[in-house]
Amino acid sequence: MAGPALAIIDSGGANIASLLYAFQRLGVAPELTTDPSRIRAADRVILPGVGAARDAMSRLHDLGLVDVIRSLSQPVLGICLGMQLLADASEEEDVECLGIIPGTAGKLQGDTSCPVPNMGWCAITASQQHALLSSIEDGSYFYFVHSYALPVGDFTLATASHAAPFSAMVRRDNFFAAQFHPEKSSGNGARLLANFLEIAS
Amino acid sequence: MQFRNHRVVGDIVELAERYSVEGADELVFYDITASPDGRTVDRSWVDRVAAVIDIPFCVAGGIRSVADAEDVLNKGADKISVNSPALESPDLINELARRFGSQCVVLGVDSREQDGAYHVYQYTGDPDKTVAAELATIDWITEAQNRGIGEVVLNCMNQDGVRQGYDNEQLALVRQHCQVPLIASGGAGAMQHFADTFEQAGVDGALAASVFHSAEIDIGDLKQFLAAAGIDIRTV
Repeated sequence: MAGPALAIIDSGGANIASLLYAFQRLGVAPELTTDPSRIRAADRVILPGVGAARDAMSRLHDLGLVDVIRSLSQPVLGICLGMQLLADASEEEDVECLGIIPGTAGKLQGDTSCPVPNMGWCAITASQQHALLSSIEDGSYFYFVHSYALPVGDFTLATASHAAPFSAMVRRDNFFAAQFHPEKSSGNGARLLANFLEIAS
Repeated sequence: MQFRNHRVVGDIVELAERYSVEGADELVFYDITASPDGRTVDRSWVDRVAAVIDIPFCVAGGIRSVADAEDVLNKGADKISVNSPALESPDLINELARRFGSQCVVLGVDSREQDGAYHVYQYTGDPDKTVAAELATIDWITEAQNRGIGEVVLNCMNQDGVRQGYDNEQLALVRQHCQVPLIASGGAGAMQHFADTFEQAGVDGALAASVFHSAEIDIGDLKQFLAAAGIDIRTV
């Protein structure tokens, strides 16, 4: 049986609705699921996430999805906390994550003009060329809501800066991730999601 | 967007879409009649708004419990804003912040000068029921931050509706006591007023309703104006 064109892993927490609507506006009807066979069979997979890393990881463990996600070979996009879940670990309550993208999410640096959590529109700058960033110019703004972030490293696809630079996007092989919310990032966000749907699976 | 009896605003979904396209960074939907009547908002519109706009939005009015907030957030809102219910029961702030995170929880404050000090006003949605709460504005904002609020929208009532500019004196004072993002509200009548509040009060955002509803100021033009004035802002 053919799988869904797009599976969204139901990782718990609010605001899945906005993500579903964003894809519907692009003409795609995603399947919200926790079923390993549906996730494996999908052409593309989204790993969203809001809330605390520990809660989200326990949910993935309880659902038996940790090894399922690690073994995926189709394009996968982690969003917000989903990005941190793809990393080795998070300093938030010192939780071990999926270990797919090297690095540990650390507490975001703040100062008086850059409070934490970082909530708002930040400009990103590409660190590498990739089809996922097609037609998205350096300096394009995206909407962020986070207190933790991955440092800039070898797998950084784009950077942003709050009190200090951090990874706005990362990539390793077929795994992609964005710290911002493309579903809330107006035209640039829609373009990024459309680009993700174009990446060969 | 403010919905008051004395001003009929067009279909909110259509308006939300227009502002989203013009380049608004965030939309706030107020039902400022919700608290005085002791009723809550009819929330079917939240779904309809979430389906058409692709920028963050906040729902204010009628959020009296964790269940109210959850309903709104599950429908696609990014934040909920509390005002009168938080004054009645400040523990609501702690409960909301614990359940959803501070980033979701906005404090709306209606404040005006009275005898040389700034005081909080309650039930401002209905002129007949508006009362001064027994609270100094700075004290309330400090307490709310300790309880876990993630953002403050300060509506300066002396300026509200008069379009003579934001109350930058009050905003600058509150800024010194506010470690979370501070949003100016009340008084916008011209593009320069927006530039003034960013420069003079150091706010993180500026909220306005009537000048946008009446199309006197186009959001896209305003943001070009602010960017040209050297303010770090997203333009479309």
